[in-house]
Amino acid sequence: MRAEAGDGPGLAPAAAGRRRGERPPGGRSQGLVFVIPALLLITVFLILPALWTLYLGLTDYRLTGLQAAHPKVIGTGNYTQALGDKEFRDALGRTLLFVLGSAVIGQNVLGFVLAWALRSARASVRALVETLVLLAWILPGVVVAWLWIAFLKDQGGALNTILHTSGHDWWFDHPMGSLIVFNTWRGTAFSMMLFSAALSSVPPSQLESARLAGAGGWQQLRDVVIPGIRGHILTNTLLISLWTFNDFTPYLITKGEPHSASAVLPVYIYLTALPGERLGYASAISLIMLVINLLLALAYVRILRRRPA
Amino acid sequence: MTITRVAALVVATGLALSGCSGGASGGGGTTIRISANAIKGGKNSTEAEWITDYVIPKFTALEKSKGTKVTIRFEGTGVDDAPYKEKTALDLKTGTGADLISIDGIWVGEFAQAGYLKPLDQVAGASVDQWDGFRQIPGPVQSIMSFDGQKYGLPTGTDGRVIFYNKQLFARAGLPADWQPKSWDDILAAGRKLKQLHGVTPIQLNAGTAMTEATTMQGALPLLAGTGHEIYENGTWLGNTPQVRSVLDLYKKVYGGGLGDPKLQQNPQGRDESFQRFSKNEVGILLESDYFWRSVVNPQGGIDPMPARDKDVGYALIPAAAPGQGVRGQDAVSMSGGSGWVINPHTRNPSLVWDLLTFMGGHDAVKDEVRRAAVGISPRQDVNAETLSGDPLLNFIATKVLPITSVRPGLAAYPQVSTALQKATGDIVAGGSVDQAAKTYEQNLVQAVGGAGNVTTG
Repeated sequence: MRAEAGDGPGLAPAAAGRRRGERPPGGRSQGLVFVIPALLLITVFLILPALWTLYLGLTDYRLTGLQAAHPKVIGTGNYTQALGDKEFRDALGRTLLFVLGSAVIGQNVLGFVLAWALRSARASVRALVETLVLLAWILPGVVVAWLWIAFLKDQGGALNTILHTSGHDWWFDHPMGSLIVFNTWRGTAFSMMLFSAALSSVPPSQLESARLAGAGGWQQLRDVVIPGIRGHILTNTLLISLWTFNDFTPYLITKGEPHSASAVLPVYIYLTALPGERLGYASAISLIMLVINLLLALAYVRILRRRPA
Repeated sequence: MTITRVAALVVATGLALSGCSGGASGGGGTTIRISANAIKGGKNSTEAEWITDYVIPKFTALEKSKGTKVTIRFEGTGVDDAPYKEKTALDLKTGTGADLISIDGIWVGEFAQAGYLKPLDQVAGASVDQWDGFRQIPGPVQSIMSFDGQKYGLPTGTDGRVIFYNKQLFARAGLPADWQPKSWDDILAAGRKLKQLHGVTPIQLNAGTAMTEATTMQGALPLLAGTGHEIYENGTWLGNTPQVRSVLDLYKKVYGGGLGDPKLQQNPQGRDESFQRFSKNEVGILLESDYFWRSVVNPQGGIDPMPARDKDVGYALIPAAAPGQGVRGQDAVSMSGGSGWVINPHTRNPSLVWDLLTFMGGHDAVKDEVRRAAVGISPRQDVNAETLSGDPLLNFIATKVLPITSVRPGLAAYPQVSTALQKATGDIVAGGSVDQAAKTYEQNLVQAVGGAGNVTTG
């Protein structure tokens, strides 16, 4: 990620290589050859669509009608409208809540607790728990969505049967709360696995010394374990935040209902674009979303860089 | 990246994988694909059965007797109308999709403007006008599949909206078996009596965006017609006006007064569930088109069959707000629409597809379609004369409803206007005030129809 000092684009590659005297001659051009396929893929599948989205966002493009055949460029109208639109801001707010609740807190904490607890568990217990948690992760989204609709259904739902609260409509009364619980359940496996690997890299000798020095369980965790896996925590948080931010599974369960109360940003964009048929406006929101994604990623990368070597 | 593009890509990829646009296939024959929002055992099951059990074998045999080998594939779906429309629009946009496609008549204008559809004579040749079947189809019915004076497809029939009511619940609530409300107050009064019954939702008046067009066609628009105005009059759209507010006020009385179930309107499967509840004697009054009678509570092949439908399900005209206050000074109002078949302009076998279409619109095929209850009121007068008397509701619609009915404006802006109306009713159901909902509605409307100059306020 980090650009090497002095490797600015203005410097002649050969000069840079000679100065260090490490690279064989022609290494830079060879490297370029290796990178070109990747760059091409990124251009075709990421940069061009992003530019296309930017362009569509400047038009009144629609799914049908005259504006489908001949979209007009209307300037930045869509972008200013989106930023002033309460529906958009509400959707963004719900998305941030969704990310904070289900990814940053939910999956992170639950994943860590599971990884921590399973360290000292018997192999059979460990295998069983890991399988169950992984299952939630690898099942197809459509299947999972139906399971959760059935699980939280007001009439005859499993949860209501267990709690004897028949008629309580979880998806309706607590749409965001239910989605957060759902997504925590759905995505914890990744955090658990990542933390399991990270915890095994903490040298037992350090923990042993801490114990000898009289540190309790909590102190060991705070002063030895967490500093040791700080990078893993940040990387994990970055990945699951971005995934959750872009997650479309909520649509499969609630379609944004009731009255948009569960319309996170991807769902809102979809509802605007296809049933709403406003492809131009939806493209504008998509681009705003892309920018937010980039900012999120950038923020994490900066924090990650600042960690002590 | 962007969800829209991903969605389009997924749809397009799916189509590519499923074999792309129809054309010559192996074995020397020709393959034609038919697409409709109908599927055996699910939505519009009888229509799917008509296609697979009648149209395909009969037409294939007919062509075989002429020495042509034709294979017809039916691509059925059973989803809500909105996703079917999205799929169809994306199919046509990307130059894929079936050769013969069933669409709602209200989409013809916007699809034509977008260039997704072409007039029939441009697709299948000038000879289409010589088909004698057109002489059997009255002009207003042909106009369902027309735009700007040109025929884009063949209508499969028309429909009408009425108030359905559950006679068992009416008897238990002390209401008459042959009920005909004269005003909105009569409906509310009946609702209040039904409310006394335990576990019964008195009135199902579709609301909110989850029910999409069903909210507009079976809710906002017939009510609006009952105030004496239509959504599009004299070149402008009806904005925040006393008429729109009185429609929203009725919604408020139903959903704020405990006469309807607000949750059902916001439930993604709400419409299906309301049908289910009606069939289980848990809903008293429900506004729907004859589709409900033919395809939902029909004891033969309905989604939620009611064994004693003819005895237990009553129907009445939708009253104006008060007698004489409806459009054209009517006492009662309704809304009609219809769907039909269009030929994909990208088809490789236009004349063969046209032959198939005329076969499907011919006397014998239409009669079989009616016999299966796949269509209510057929487009053909010769068939209607033979069949309508056999079904009391269809007869009622043909003789009592069609003379007083209204239709939606076939303009490309309409779908957005419809969404604005759905949102307004949704605001009420979610507890909002009539004034606020009407104000937001007008903002959305102005944006949808391109400026305040196209909107009536006041």
